[in-house]
Amino acid sequence: MDFSWLSDPFYQRYLWTGFVNTLWLVAVSGTLGLALAVALALARIQGPRPLAMLVHGFTTVIRGTPLLVQLFFFYDGVGRLLPEIPGVRDSLIWPMLRDPFFYGALIFTISVGAYTGEVIRGALLSVPDGELAAGRAFGLSRWQILHRLWLPRAFQLCLPTLTGEAILLLKSVPLVSTIAMMDLLKAANLVRDETFLVYEPLLLIAGIYIALTLILTGAMRLIEHRFPGARPAAIRRRRLLPG
Amino acid sequence: MSSYQNAGLLDWAAPILHGALVTLEIALLAYAIGLGLGLLGAGARLSAWPPLRALGTLYSTLVRAVPELLLIILLYYAGTQALNALLNALGDDTHVEIGGFVCAVGVLAFVQGAYMTEVFRGAILAIPRGQLEAADAYGFTRWTRFHRIVVPAMLPNALPGMSNLWLILVKDTALISVVGFEELFFTAQQAAASTRDYFLFYAAAGALYLVMTLGSNALFARAERHVRRGQPGL
Repeated sequence: MDFSWLSDPFYQRYLWTGFVNTLWLVAVSGTLGLALAVALALARIQGPRPLAMLVHGFTTVIRGTPLLVQLFFFYDGVGRLLPEIPGVRDSLIWPMLRDPFFYGALIFTISVGAYTGEVIRGALLSVPDGELAAGRAFGLSRWQILHRLWLPRAFQLCLPTLTGEAILLLKSVPLVSTIAMMDLLKAANLVRDETFLVYEPLLLIAGIYIALTLILTGAMRLIEHRFPGARPAAIRRRRLLPG
Repeated sequence: MSSYQNAGLLDWAAPILHGALVTLEIALLAYAIGLGLGLLGAGARLSAWPPLRALGTLYSTLVRAVPELLLIILLYYAGTQALNALLNALGDDTHVEIGGFVCAVGVLAFVQGAYMTEVFRGAILAIPRGQLEAADAYGFTRWTRFHRIVVPAMLPNALPGMSNLWLILVKDTALISVVGFEELFFTAQQAAASTRDYFLFYAAAGALYLVMTLGSNALFARAERHVRRGQPGL
């Protein structure tokens, strides 16, 4: 095992860029994806029938095809057709449309939206009707019921599942190295090409991923504990303790 | 232009369908081996012997914490070298080249087994203790108890997880294309590069994966009805 290349600032910069890009991609697509997931879930439950069916079809296609194929389809397939549309090349968004990060963030957001949307839909449906009726009896508006009652209760129910989804998102980041985005795997592959070391860079980022997974699990568990009423057992235990 | 594109699709239809067949073969074999590894892993994790329990936990925790693509690249290169090192250590200095197919199946099965371990562990823990004690009271041997009681009693709990893992596996086979093995997606990439019609061929590949996942959904729904027969509805 030869890890002497780690002291070379040149390789350190590769890895640092990859690390930052990885976290950035998770943060962006996690946040946007969660918002999309709530929108898709609500569209399927409350939207008009054609919209609900459209969302159902969209979710089925996204969940039924490999993420890698989706990445290539948008980056190489759609991405190569875009310049042929007149005006796109001169538009302000053109630099964005050539950036692999944009495609990574776009596909991951869609993917998180589709997978997590199903989770949130299930959670929204399992909030007891009586609680929503109570909200209406108190004269809350539809919007108030949604953001004060229905969504918080749904998140309470599905937080542990969301932890799993967050880890799945983190672990799918290396896929973007195939569309030339500088993530941890791409950085490791560059180091491998230049140092002719086959395993060490890969083992290093495997270690980084294990650490990130543990940190993410810990952070999500903290949120689960802090979320009001999310873990009745844990809170009950705390109340029983003296002091 | 469109007639040229159609000719491209027709020319590539046979190789792509062949790629789809290879993908299915890899997935089926890896799934079968993964089921076995999962049973072994769950057995290890539920074992009364601490070292075996630690080994099972290590396997399922580490493999599930590392991205699949990274594991596939690592094991793909490491697998061949480890085998050769082992052979050299045994005094046999022939150089073995593991075929891409064997490697793909092995790597995917290894990853699949770790996830399957958790599914089976949960499903076995959910079997009411009394049923196992009843088997012991009737003097069942361990093997009879396993295949007469444990397997039928855990399957209803395990099947949703198993069906999820199968879908993940079918989609994960596409990752093998990254190390250059010719399955469905790799063939589609070649077709796209040679005809320069990326949109068409990636959409076609996606459609084929969708057919596979939707088709297996239907099969798993039937299997679930079968293993739940005689049980009250959910």
